[in-house]
Formats: sequence, C-alpha cells, structure tokens
Amino acid sequence: MLLIPCPWCGPRDEAEFHYGGQAHVPYPEDPSALTDEEWARYLFFRDNPKGPFAERWSHAAGCRRWFNAVRDTATNEILTVYPPGEERPATPGPRPLRSVCAGVLPPVESDHETCSPPTAVHAAEPLQDRMGRGGDGAASISDSAAGQPFRHPTRGRIHRDAPLTFTFDGTEYQGLRGDTLASALLANGVIATGTSIRLGRPRGIFSAGVEEPNAVVQIEAPFPEPMLLATTVELYDGLVASSLSGQGRLTGEPDPARYDAVHAHCDLLVVGAGPAGLAAAAAAARSGARVVLADDQPESGGSLLGTAEHLDWVADVTGQLDNAPEVRVLRRTTVFGHYDDNHLLAVERRTNHLGADAPGYVSRERVWRIRARRVVLATGAHERSLAFADNDRPGVMLAASARTYVNRYGVLPGRHAVVLTTNDSAYAAALDLAAAGVDIAAIVDTRPAPGEWAERARQAGIDVMAGHAVTGTKGGARLTAVTVARYGESGGQREFTADLLLVSGGWNPVAHLFSQSGGTLRYHEELGSFVPDTCRQAVEVAGSASGVLDPAEVLAQGAAAGARAVEAEGFSPRQPSLPPVAARPRPTPAMHVYAVPGAPDSPRFVDLQRDVTVDDLARAAGAGLRSVEHTKRYTTAGTANDQGKTSGVLAGGVVADLLGVDVSALGTTTFRPPYTPVSFAALAGRDRGALSDPVRTTALHEWHVAHGALFENVGQWKRPWYYPRDGEDREAAVLRECAAARDGVALMDASTLGKIDVQGPDASVFLDRLYTNMMSTLKVGMIRYGVMCRPDGMVFDDGTVIRLAQNHFLVTTTTGNAAAVLDWMEEWQQTEWPGLKVHCTSVTEQWATVALVGPRSRDVLGALAPQLAVGKDDFPFMAWRETTVAGIGARVCRISFSGELAYEINVSPWEALTLWQSLHEAGSPYGITPYGTETMHVLRAEKGYPIIGQDTDGTVTPQDLGMGWAVSKKKPDFIGRRSYARADTVRPDRKHLVGLLPVDPAVFLPEGTHLVADSELPAPPVPMLGHVTSSYRSAALGRTFALALIKGGRDRIGERLYAPVGDRLVPVTVASPVLYDPEGARRDG
Amino acid sequence: MADTALTAPLRSPLSQVAERLAAVTRTSGGAIRLAELPFLAQVDVRLDAKGAAADAVGLALGLRLPLEPNTVVRAGESNVLWLGPDEWLLIGPPDSERDLESRIREAAGDEPVSVTDVSAQRTTILVTGPRARDLLAHGCALDLHPRAFGSGRCAQTTLGRTQVVLVARDEPRAGFWVLVRSSFSGYLAEWLLDAATEYA
Repeated sequence: MLLIPCPWCGPRDEAEFHYGGQAHVPYPEDPSALTDEEWARYLFFRDNPKGPFAERWSHAAGCRRWFNAVRDTATNEILTVYPPGEERPATPGPRPLRSVCAGVLPPVESDHETCSPPTAVHAAEPLQDRMGRGGDGAASISDSAAGQPFRHPTRGRIHRDAPLTFTFDGTEYQGLRGDTLASALLANGVIATGTSIRLGRPRGIFSAGVEEPNAVVQIEAPFPEPMLLATTVELYDGLVASSLSGQGRLTGEPDPARYDAVHAHCDLLVVGAGPAGLAAAAAAARSGARVVLADDQPESGGSLLGTAEHLDWVADVTGQLDNAPEVRVLRRTTVFGHYDDNHLLAVERRTNHLGADAPGYVSRERVWRIRARRVVLATGAHERSLAFADNDRPGVMLAASARTYVNRYGVLPGRHAVVLTTNDSAYAAALDLAAAGVDIAAIVDTRPAPGEWAERARQAGIDVMAGHAVTGTKGGARLTAVTVARYGESGGQREFTADLLLVSGGWNPVAHLFSQSGGTLRYHEELGSFVPDTCRQAVEVAGSASGVLDPAEVLAQGAAAGARAVEAEGFSPRQPSLPPVAARPRPTPAMHVYAVPGAPDSPRFVDLQRDVTVDDLARAAGAGLRSVEHTKRYTTAGTANDQGKTSGVLAGGVVADLLGVDVSALGTTTFRPPYTPVSFAALAGRDRGALSDPVRTTALHEWHVAHGALFENVGQWKRPWYYPRDGEDREAAVLRECAAARDGVALMDASTLGKIDVQGPDASVFLDRLYTNMMSTLKVGMIRYGVMCRPDGMVFDDGTVIRLAQNHFLVTTTTGNAAAVLDWMEEWQQTEWPGLKVHCTSVTEQWATVALVGPRSRDVLGALAPQLAVGKDDFPFMAWRETTVAGIGARVCRISFSGELAYEINVSPWEALTLWQSLHEAGSPYGITPYGTETMHVLRAEKGYPIIGQDTDGTVTPQDLGMGWAVSKKKPDFIGRRSYARADTVRPDRKHLVGLLPVDPAVFLPEGTHLVADSELPAPPVPMLGHVTSSYRSAALGRTFALALIKGGRDRIGERLYAPVGDRLVPVTVASPVLYDPEGARRDG
Repeated sequence: MADTALTAPLRSPLSQVAERLAAVTRTSGGAIRLAELPFLAQVDVRLDAKGAAADAVGLALGLRLPLEPNTVVRAGESNVLWLGPDEWLLIGPPDSERDLESRIREAAGDEPVSVTDVSAQRTTILVTGPRARDLLAHGCALDLHPRAFGSGRCAQTTLGRTQVVLVARDEPRAGFWVLVRSSFSGYLAEWLLDAATEYA
C-alpha cells in the first residue's frame, strides 16, 4: 500500500486516492478547430514511460482535491506533488539504494552503566539447559512423563505440570503445555507424519519451525483446518489431527470463529524476537519512539530458545519491553508481507492455541496492518538440507531443529544419531544431543579439516569422520541405518545403525520480507547463500538474516540497527545491556556442498514437499532450462506451501553444479508474500457475511422490509424490487404494480437517486459545459432533463437539472453513478476550469424522494398539500414547487419516468416515513400501491426511456439513443461535442436503441439475446445486428416487448429480425422504442 | 392527517439501533461508549479562504475558519471543520442550520459563497471511552495516536469500508465524532458493534 502525499492532507494510503491519468493533457481550447486525427490523439493517446511520469490524482476519500504527482513508474515512488495548473517541477531521482546490513558500531553513547561489552569473552562454560542443570548424558529417560518415552526428564521449556491429551491418526497421546504437535509426537516416539504427494514415500518431522516441508497435517478438531505445520501448531487439550499425503481437505462447515484486523503505526518495527531483534528493540525502547516487536513464537528468544543460551537476558529484555510505554510486543505474530512505504502485514494467532477453550468473542486470528517509519528485519536463518541418497526417510532432520527439540521441548528426536554436516554449526547440536543422552555414532563432515569444533567433539568422545559424507540410508517407517563413505567416493563404505540423521548443509538467511520490500540480494561467499544487499526503503537487516552467524556480532548488530532507526526518527536511543558471549572454538569455513554423490538408483531429494529430486533438476537442465525461475516452473521445486524454504538455495546449488556455473550467477527465485500461508478467513477479517460490503439503505428501508419487499442491489443500495402479495410470483406482482401506476396511483422510494447541489455565479456556464443540452436558459422554478457525455461523445449519465435560483441548481444522477458524477464535475472544475466560480456538494442523503405516479396522483397530492395549486396549468410538467405535504416542508417536482402524471416529493429523510405513511393513507381510497425497481423499469421501457448502464455500455451516443434533441446545436462547445463530427459517430450503421416486439406476444426474449437478419442461421461467422438490452412483460400492452441496440435500427422499424433463443430463432418486429402513449397524452393526467 | 404529521417525531438514521449502541457501555465495562448524536445542524460552506468573505463569515460566527488542513475550530456550541482549502463543515446544535446559513449568507454579502444545508446528509456517532482509539484502529488506516491525531484534529478518511469524517474532540477523554453518510450509517453501526464485541 503506497503512501501518497496529498498536498493538503499529507501522506495517506493509496486506497484513498483516485487515479486520473496523465497530467498536462489540457482540454483543447477550440476542439472544433482540430482535425479528426488531432482530436483522436487528445482522446485516446497517452504516454507510457518507464521512469518519472506526471499524473493526475484525486484525494477521493479525503479532501476531494485534484493534484498532480510525478511518480516513478519503475519504483512506484511519488517524487513530488503540485497543484493542477502548475508547471511540472524538476524532481529528484528515486530514493537511492542503500546498503542494509550496516556495521555494528552504534552511533550512540552508552548511558547504561551495567552494560557489558557485547564481545566480552568469558571462560568457556559447559553446555547447559536453561534451568542451569547440566546436560547429564546419563539422565534416565525411560520413566519420563506419562508414557512419553522420548521426553527428557529435565530439559525444555514445557510445563510438566500441564499434561494435554491429543489424538493423531486415531491414536491418543499425551503431551505437555509448551509443546508443538511435532514435539509432542516426537516425545511419544512418533516421527512419521504422512506420505509424500507424488511418490507416496513415508516422511517425518524434518524441522522445528515454519520451514517444515514434511509434517503438514490436517487438524480435525476442534475445527477442521487443512495443511498446518505440526512444527508450528501449539499443542492444546483435545487436539485431533491426522497425517496427510501432501494435500489437505477443506471443510464444508462454516467457520464459527471471529477474525479481525488492526491498523498500527510505529517509528520502528522489529521483525523477529531472536537475539538481534531483541537487541534492536531494547535499544529503541524507552527512547520515546513507538516500537513494535513482532515474532511468530509464543515467547521471545528466537534461536536462543533452541540453543538454550542467554535465556536470562531474553527474560530481562522481554520484561522491559512489556513494561515500556509505546512499545508493543506481538507474540504468535508472523509478519508475512512487506510492501511499499514500509507497509507490512502480519497475522497474529490469538486463540488457536487454546483449542476448544478459545473465547468466542475474541478474534481467533488478527491481521496487523503496520505502517512503520523504519523497519529492522531480524528474521534469522533457515538451515539448509543436503541432497544425498534416500535423504527423505523419517528420522532425517535438520541439525539445529533436533537441538531445538532437545533444549526447548525436552524431547529426544531419536536415540542413536549420525550427524552429516558441511559446516561448524552442527557440532553444537551434536554436543547438546550427546549431553542429553543421545548416542552420537559419528559426525560426518565433508570438510577434510574441520578444525576446532571437531576437536571439541572428539574431546566429548564423539567420532568425527572428516572428509566423509552420507551415501545412503536404510529404513521403512523410520530410519534404521546410515551409510558413510569418503566424500566423492563410493568404496570403503561404513554402515551405522541409527534412528536419527542430523543434517546441516549451511544456512540461508531469511530474506523473504526483505526481498518483498524491493531489496536486492547478493551472494555471500562464506555462507554459500544469498544475503540482503541494498534497498530503497528505510529497512535494515540484522543478525543471521544479514548473514552474520557469530552470536556476539549478532547482538551488537541488532542493538546498533535499533539505535540507528530511532535516532533517524529523532529519538535518543540507549545502549542496551547485552549478554556476555562465551568464547567459542575458532570457526572453520563451511564447504559448499549441495548434491552428495550416492547410489545411482536412490533418489536424492531437493524439494521434499514436491518430491523433486536431483534427477528431476538434471532433466530440466538437459531440456535446456538455465534460469532458476524456469527450472522451478518445469520441476515445481519450491512451489509447495513451504515455498522452498529449505530447498530453494539447495535447488539453485544443484542446478549450478549441473550447468557448471557458479551458484552466485543463478540468483534466487522471486520471494512473494505471504511468507507463510495465511487463511482467507484472516484476510477477510470482519469483511464477511453481512459486513462483506456496505449496504446502503434509505430512510424508508424499514417500511419496505415490513411490507414484504424483495430487494435489488443497485450499487451498494438496497432498493425494493417488488412487493409480492400472498402467493404472487414476480411476474404477477410486477404486472399488478404496473397496472396500479397506469390506472390508479402508485408510489416508489426514489431516495437513492444521486443529488448534487451546484452553486455559484458560474453555475449555469458550468452545467452548459457538462451537459449536452442547454441549461443556462432554464428558468428558475423549472426542471430540465439532461445528458452527460464523455469527451468521446458516449453517454455517461443522465438526470434532471432543477434551477432553484439564478446561481443555484440541484442536479440528479442515476443511483449507481452518483459518486462518479460528482468526481467528474470536480475533476473538470478543479483541473480544467478553475476560474469558474462554482461549487458542487453531494446532497444525496439530505433529501428523501418519493415518486407518486398515476392518473390519481394529483388527487392524493392535492389532499395532502392544501397550499399547493395542483392543476396542470398552475403546476405544469417539469416545474417544481416549495410547499408542505402532510405538514412536512417539501420540494415537489413534476417529473415523470413513466409517462404518467407523476410527482417527485422531496422531504427531509428525518420525516420521510411520516410522508410515506401519509401518502399511503391518503391514497388508499384509490388503491395506492407501492412499487419497486422492476415496475419502474417496465414503465420507463414502455415509454422508451433508456437506463444508462443497462441500455448503454459506454459506446452509445445520445443520437444512438434517439435523443439528438437533447444535444444542443447552439452551444459553441460542451464535453463530447467535437466527437459527434467524427467519422465513427456519423456512421449510418451505428447501433440505435429501438423497440422489439416478438411476433408471438407471449414469447419473452432474455436480455443479452443477439439479433440476426435471417430465419436460418448461416454458416459462422454469423453477422450480428445487435442485442436485447431490456426485456419485460407489459400489463399496458398486454404482451412482451424489449428494447435493443440494433445496427441502423431506426431505419429498420417494421422489419422482421430473428433472435436465437436456445435452439429456436424467434421472429421479432423492430419497432419505435416508444411503445406506450406515443403522443404523451397521459403526462398531464 | 396534516395534524398527525406535525406532531410526528423526527426519525434519525440510527434510531433503530440506539439501544444496541447504548448497551456497549455495559458489555465493554465502560471501555467503549457508542451513541448517535442525531439531528446536529451541519452546513457546508465554500468560499475563497483568501477573499473578504472568509473574515466576514468568521466574524459572523464568532470564530476563525481553520486554514490548517484537517483541524477543527470550536466556538461555543459550534465546531468548524476544515474539509478542503475552500471548504468547511459547520456543525451546530440541532435546528440551527437555517440560522447558520442565513448568518453566513448575510456576512458574505456579494462575495461568492456557497452554503449548503447537509444536516441530514450525515449523522454523527460518538465513539468514546478508554478503548475508543483501539476500536477505530480496527478499521481506520490513519494514525490515531495523540501525537498524530490529538485534540482539534479532524480527517476525511475511511472506517471499515465506508467514508467518514473523523473528529478528535477537544479533550482526549471526550473521544471521537464519526460523521457518516446516513445511507451508510446502518452498516457502520453494525461494524462498530461487531468490532466492540472484542472488548466484552
């Protein structure tokens, strides 16, 4: 959502604005002096440059002022705004691309005495769980919580005093509060969670977060929901879920939950509450800046929850943030889209984790629409997998995820593990798992010299196989063995018995939001992946999302980014206290490995969710596809609902190897919102059911409802369609209502007609330019029908113009077009004719209007308006009078849209019901009948009055409608005039509005029916002569009839044409559009 | 018949939902109060802000027409809202629209000025209580924080899916006025009631 700076109101969401096309295309001074070609150029030709472009905009939902803007069409930036009529100013270029992963030194002085230097090195500590209890490798796990054989007795942040019962694939299990569905399944020894979509291979829990490709499950109860990640579903009591083979099932039940949205504004939005995000928020908090910190987990900490490091610091900072004024911490909130002008969308899962206990009045999910002055993206990194033979068996798991299960959830994902890695990070995982009691058979490292981390592992008694790789796995429902050989060789294989294989192929910074924001990525040599580079928006990236993996550096970088952001907004940041980071083994560079050689007949999966293998990518490369975008579409790699979070860069690396190019040359596929799947219900929010679209009602709506009206939607208005009596169908009701209007008296609520008050010394000049006919000659007290056209001469709207005083008019518009007509008037007045002293104000709802129609309408009105002389000479057609009707101040207009004697009575809507009831009562001796839009349509069609938008479609001139009489020959110019001299508008075969009478008076022509010349269809293409625009049964004519646009129609009156209806060709006779009372005898009663 | 009409009470657009609006005070424990302020006089004034009429009209109304966009000037029972560089909305107590209109026309004299009675065009909903801002933030994209939209600010914008004129009243505790086109007021009332459910 762009922010567009209204010159008056300041920056507002683009949704408040209306686009008006290219600026500086002035209406020609004398259109009649232009050649057809010059006029056509003005009408139809506009520039379409790449780069800065001057455009007209209107702040339509705000101050309604038109202005010009220079927008860069390539970047969408608004470079400047200026008043209409002014020269286009020189504009600066677009915002520069800025580097977004700036240094770590904060430009602030510390005022925090207790702060520790972020890089302080302390003595090495043994790895501990968060409770400070040493990870006792010998800890017994046999008798842990309630039959959860893989639950560690002490580790984890789960609540051991809060057992929960859940069901998976029909079996009941126990878990603990704080578990995810995945961790609870693992605690029960369940790792397989379904079968793959294409090959049907068993698949298991692969990760511990949003990147999960395998554990996609169907929630069955308390409310059915398809394709949720077991790794992100928080466990609750009574949860029932089942495994899927790649595809979920939508429920047919309506969702009873509530969903809503909130708009939020802040100086700084920090995305991610891991070490970098917390440090950023801590630096910004208490500066006075408005800060939002959003994180998808139920508690802060990010990766620290999985590594069990610095959790005291996490708790401290979180406590400070929770208590800081102007700081909002959004938990369970996934920021899923990053749009223009730092507009970000997030979804907060508010009650999902409560299961059946969720209170009904609280929205289940909430979409946050956040407008941030500055953004720090601390979105972390996802571990990358490796493509080795049979790498998809349940029991193969990302190394850091396994560490998370052990440390955060107190769950052992297996008992006997092999670790496959290309980098240092898996060692810490292996050490934590070993400390928790998992037997680590070997760490298989592709690097020939893994360095200090390997040394540390060996000291802990773990066998490290340098320069080796996994060449295959065995197992069925679960992994049973892992085969290892020297990297790149197939001989000398060793087999390990294992139920768990940890994999680390390196790290991919989570650059999704950054990329969506318009940022560019660059290849990071050390990571072998892509990291944020430059961006035009006010965005910084901190922590592992920027490619930094060293913990101390991550913290310092986050703090610096947060400080810089609020300082740029004029606040004074503080140096937050950061935890001391223990010295670590010296890092050894990672080795960039993507596909690992293995047995030729064993698949090596790249995208687990789409079942895409290295062989599939090889086929794509063999077919000549070189771009990752093409490979993605050819193989579907990266297109599943995980959107390739673990597989994207892996696929790129494999393709690069296949093509023999560097992975940096291939880049990534495009990141598009949403980052994770978002339910339609959440996006719809409150805008569903009765609130899906505003319903506009008149002051008489309740009467219509109470009297059984059926309603028709006209724009957003609810208009009575017809009022069926007991047992009546539509046809019968409409025939009855029509008969009442033609023979007695009937009344209709016409309040929905648009009404615009036009005042000023130049009001009549203004209207003369807008309408095709002359308005300046209208006398005060009188009314004139008018037609408005576009410059191309096509009818745009019609209505009446009432002259209230010399400089004061009231114009009416069609119901659906009221806003468009007012905008049209404002556009011409403000941009082309600013010198005209005239103002337009909508008064649509200021007046309620009742149409009183029929030969007895004069009797009814006369009875209620004693001061009004109602005789036809005293109150002639197209005159208006100020009077009281039923004691209510009223403006009565003698207008007819039916050909009958009729009045439109305008009163205050506050008194409309009283008027209506009085009319109803006074008319009862004459059988007064309320009627709706259907009857109105029949009555007007019988008289050949067109409805703009039904009988016209933007290609119809007034002349086409037979209303050449409404086009002034005297005025020097008006909008549309020049176009009536164009060759196209004087063609004799233009479509004219005519009447159609089916030869069989009972045959009804559906609207839209085409018309052809012959009684037998010729071979295609069949020449079409036109189509039916309106079709009705007429009580007055005693037959069916229609209006149609027919080529050269007025010259065909009396001719026989044919209308294909179903299999039949229905013969019809072309007629004048005025089928009833052509002499106009009934108008005066 | 005419006699009965003379005594018939005026009906405001939200008269049918008045009780449901009032009930929110109780269900929200006082966090939110909603009420229609019906029949306020509303007069749309258009004139050249730099012309002689601006001062004359201000003098006649006992205030200065606000020239700063999106601000409100209050004088006694009247409020004047900036709607555009040459447009203001004058809001007065019920039944004062004719008086206001004639005062403005008299003050303007021969200067071109457009005055339009729009009292029934929109109705006014009072949204107040400690959570009023949170309630509006469910559907209003504007920054309603007191730093950005404090006392004396007004704005034409959208709330839910309808256009409104939003007024921050002089004291923060006095909440907001939401002026909404009468035909949309039923929709907006239902929207507000639905949004208020959360604050039960």
